[in-house]
Amino acid sequence: MSKATLERGLNALREEIDAPVAAFFSSCVNCGLCAEACLFYTETGDPRYTPINKLEPLRRIWEQEFTLWGRVKKALGLAQPVTDELLQEWEPLVYDACSLCGRCSMVCPVGNDIAYMIRKEREGFVASGNAPEGMKGASTRAIKIGSPMGVKFPAVQAQVRHIEADTGLKIPVDVEGADYLALLSSMEIMNFPEYIEALARIFKQAGVSWTLCSEAFEATNAGIQIGSSDIAAELVERVVKGAEKLKVKYVISPECGHAYTAIRWEGPNLIGRRYPFKVVHILELLDELRAAGKLKTKGMEEARLTFHDPCQIVRKGGVLEPPRNLLNQVAANFVEMSDHREMNWCCGGGGGVSANERADELRLKVFARKKSQLDELNVDKLVTACANCRLMLEDGLEEYRVELPVVGLTEMLAEHLVEDNE
Amino acid sequence: MSSPIDFLLWVKGPAFDIALAVFVIGVVVRLLEIVLLGRKQDLAEPKGGEFGPGLRTVMTRTLPETGSFKRSPFTVIGGYIWHIGFLICLLFFVPHIELLHSVLGIKWPGLSNHIVDAVAVVTMVTLVAMLIDRITHSVKRFLSGPEDYLVWLAAFLPIVTGYLAYHRVLAPYPLVLGIHILSIEFLMVLFPFTKLMHTFTFPLARWYNGAMAGRRGVQS
Repeated sequence: MSKATLERGLNALREEIDAPVAAFFSSCVNCGLCAEACLFYTETGDPRYTPINKLEPLRRIWEQEFTLWGRVKKALGLAQPVTDELLQEWEPLVYDACSLCGRCSMVCPVGNDIAYMIRKEREGFVASGNAPEGMKGASTRAIKIGSPMGVKFPAVQAQVRHIEADTGLKIPVDVEGADYLALLSSMEIMNFPEYIEALARIFKQAGVSWTLCSEAFEATNAGIQIGSSDIAAELVERVVKGAEKLKVKYVISPECGHAYTAIRWEGPNLIGRRYPFKVVHILELLDELRAAGKLKTKGMEEARLTFHDPCQIVRKGGVLEPPRNLLNQVAANFVEMSDHREMNWCCGGGGGVSANERADELRLKVFARKKSQLDELNVDKLVTACANCRLMLEDGLEEYRVELPVVGLTEMLAEHLVEDNE
Repeated sequence: MSSPIDFLLWVKGPAFDIALAVFVIGVVVRLLEIVLLGRKQDLAEPKGGEFGPGLRTVMTRTLPETGSFKRSPFTVIGGYIWHIGFLICLLFFVPHIELLHSVLGIKWPGLSNHIVDAVAVVTMVTLVAMLIDRITHSVKRFLSGPEDYLVWLAAFLPIVTGYLAYHRVLAPYPLVLGIHILSIEFLMVLFPFTKLMHTFTFPLARWYNGAMAGRRGVQS
């Protein structure tokens, strides 16, 4: 990254302004309804956390440079400039108090997609050097080491060996011509290797031809979280190169929300070209296998359980039905939260908040929203499909002293799998 | 302008022409400023369409999302009442219809004066209540700047002055009517320079929102 300066930040903000942004800012009437959709406001009552307020720096650039009247006001010295001080003041609002969950974008009466604009605004914050240290560190590690948590391929190999020894299954690595390339998130490699085992077992049963890639195993993308398209593009390019080298037909996005956004939706735009392969989320693939009768399970979970919709997979990703279809195959007592599917509430740790230690206290405070959703249901188990959500849910539940097991959906399905020898 | 009649003639003549020109040219420029920015082609393979989901969002956002309605019912209900009330007074008061007929050449049935009168009162009371809410509600007070209060005034004045003109209070009548028309001109002139523009840009904003979500297979 070249040296961050205010000028670079302002240029980055200018580059982000497009017709939707202009339409959104032109339409806002400061009604304040977006605040009611944001857990950072509802759980703190702090009006600074009103979603549209987090966009003040970007709004000023739009008004002063992209409207005729704004330019006149600026020329007359009637405009408040975007300064380093303003960006410093806004940085915690933009990074600590926004998980890019996009819930505000669902309720705005004039239709403003606020999360779309926050993602864009972060480009200006990074370019001007105003980003949290925790996220800068994660981005640097992702570029230099290959993973935001500093995980290198030998760590994956170690997990693979463990799983192979435990299960007797072969986990394919660097197999050219496989149909599917499975990506992983660092959190799965380090905290939830059960996911890799689940994949191996399910794919064996379903006869899926798949592989891991030693040069492209990391699906997470610190670049899209911090808001640096340069970093994000480099990380996407690694995956694309790996997939092209192995000539796979599909790339599987793992149980990680923002990884899906990165590789599925932002990726082609970041690298400026379409992929020669398709991207599927693991839940989409599992649901396809289920529909084709290739995902055979036995027994039903009797525990009363609910599903936490990861924002990036569901609301921002359009994977709405697969988790429900899959859950209904193995759970007898699946209940929905009061707000679910595209209206679900975030775990509080998305959009890079979990990588930003400075935000920990606030994140745990606003977890009260998820806790009250869970309190209404009185469930025995919480299922989700994002390693980051899972870690945040576990952390939040511990903070609020709630004993509730949190499991990944893929792993839960694998537990019910009918093995070949049965 | 020596007399109220002269004032009325000026307001109905040159002043109206100026206001109309500022309004029309200003609004067109503002809309062009938006759409000409364009947006980058999205290279990600779509899961759903853009056009249809966009149009749906244009319609569906007219109704509030249940959760935010429960948390902020006054904002939603107050918003409905005054917007609808304002439009009824503007479009269904018989003298307004006659004026619009003379300009546009089309006409439609009006409502009885008593109904419009009652609607005007309800609209004024709601607008005052919404102003109080804006000043007292922590989020709205925090977000609001001079422009928010200015556009409130610009929306309020036509109703109040129209009400006074209709009831022939604060005579002489030509003066009150002139002030009423002037208040409309004030509203028209402010339009392109303020958030009053949302009147024209909200369908665009809703469409972009719905289209971008629709591409990802979500109805926003």
